[in-house]
Amino acid sequence: MFWPVRPFTMKTIADILKEIRPEFDFTTSTDFKADGMLDSFDMITLVAALDKNYGISISGVDIIPENFQNLETIAALLRKNGVQP
Amino acid sequence: MKFTFRRKRIAGILTVVPANERLFVDDMKNFNFPEARSLKLKQVMGFDKHRVVTPGVCVSDLAVAGLEHLFKNGLLDRDGFDALILVTLTPDHIMPPTSNIIQGRLNLKHDMLCLDINQGCAGFLIGLFEAFMLLKQESIRRVVLINADVLSRKTSPQDRNSFPLVGDAASITVVERDPEDSVIHASLKMDGTRNEALMIPAGGMRLPSSPETAVLEDVGDGNRRAKDHLRMDGSAVFNFVQMEVPELIQDLLATVGVPLEKVDYILSHQANRFMLEKLADKLKLPREKMPNNIVEHFGNSSGVTVPLVIAFNLAEHFRKNRSQVVLANYGVGLTWSAMLLQLGGLKFCEMIEYP
Repeated sequence: MFWPVRPFTMKTIADILKEIRPEFDFTTSTDFKADGMLDSFDMITLVAALDKNYGISISGVDIIPENFQNLETIAALLRKNGVQP
Repeated sequence: MKFTFRRKRIAGILTVVPANERLFVDDMKNFNFPEARSLKLKQVMGFDKHRVVTPGVCVSDLAVAGLEHLFKNGLLDRDGFDALILVTLTPDHIMPPTSNIIQGRLNLKHDMLCLDINQGCAGFLIGLFEAFMLLKQESIRRVVLINADVLSRKTSPQDRNSFPLVGDAASITVVERDPEDSVIHASLKMDGTRNEALMIPAGGMRLPSSPETAVLEDVGDGNRRAKDHLRMDGSAVFNFVQMEVPELIQDLLATVGVPLEKVDYILSHQANRFMLEKLADKLKLPREKMPNNIVEHFGNSSGVTVPLVIAFNLAEHFRKNRSQVVLANYGVGLTWSAMLLQLGGLKFCEMIEYP
């Protein structure tokens, strides 16, 4: 029962990331920053996109690299902000 | 630390912005960065236009133009103030103090205290603290506080962390005793251990400017700047503001017993639109109570942004009305400060262009 929920969220996140950096495949990396896929400005662009897409406001104190390391950590941040699939 | 000032008020605010305007879409041609990503950044951060001085224009030029405007239009008597405070990170020279240069260029009276303060984005409140304290002296009837910076001259056009953000400007704030029994509450914190988050590494005695310090270096993410240029650790500054500033404002209001709903505006330093939206959301403040449109129209002009947000958005309001406001600014040092006051009934509140 949970299977359709989590991949749906992951796919949306991956799609948003792809829009910001079309040259990368975000489903294959576990550390976006270390792999040079996401810099600090991309992170801000991503937060703005997630806020808009899900109708939330991710807290400024949560905009730290650890929360944007990979799809899992971004999903956890969305769950923290009450995003339901 | 907390401050309380009694029977002091802001009597008038004038801001001076360079007539020379640059567009972000032109700046981004200098960045080693795909155009599409720059345009996304423009949308989120609010980068659009910024006012920067033409080559050779200094802080004293903006300040003198502003004061001459006030004298000429009968808004300030040239003998009507006894202290001139200049808050700047970009003085005309290392010595003498630029406040003395301004005094000299305008042939102001000798019975006057001229004082330079090295502060930036938090410099409006630092200057107000100083002005309020000087007004405890009987011999000082009125203080002219000038905030001014020309940081575009110290910013690399190839650094997209800083250049599209920076604007140049000056503000002249007249501060005097309030005949009413008013009270101003303020809070200030500083953390010198984080001083390198905002810095111009070369040009002082520790690292004098030289041909080597003028060489552009690759500093990552496609940015290039020299040691003579402004260096801003954007992530560190962003996190500092989000961690420290809401708590400072909430603590100040709690101490004084004023609920946030009773505050008409929070007039914040204008770092960038995204940062201000996040600040407002953290405070659970309707975004319209914290105007955030200065960066998109003028750029971030350091200590001038609070006067500028007032003069650009609310000039008529503050000429005609009085409102309970929180002023908040934060930046180099690191320094963060907030002030709760009744602002309004201003004799003048306007913006002019230089030249």
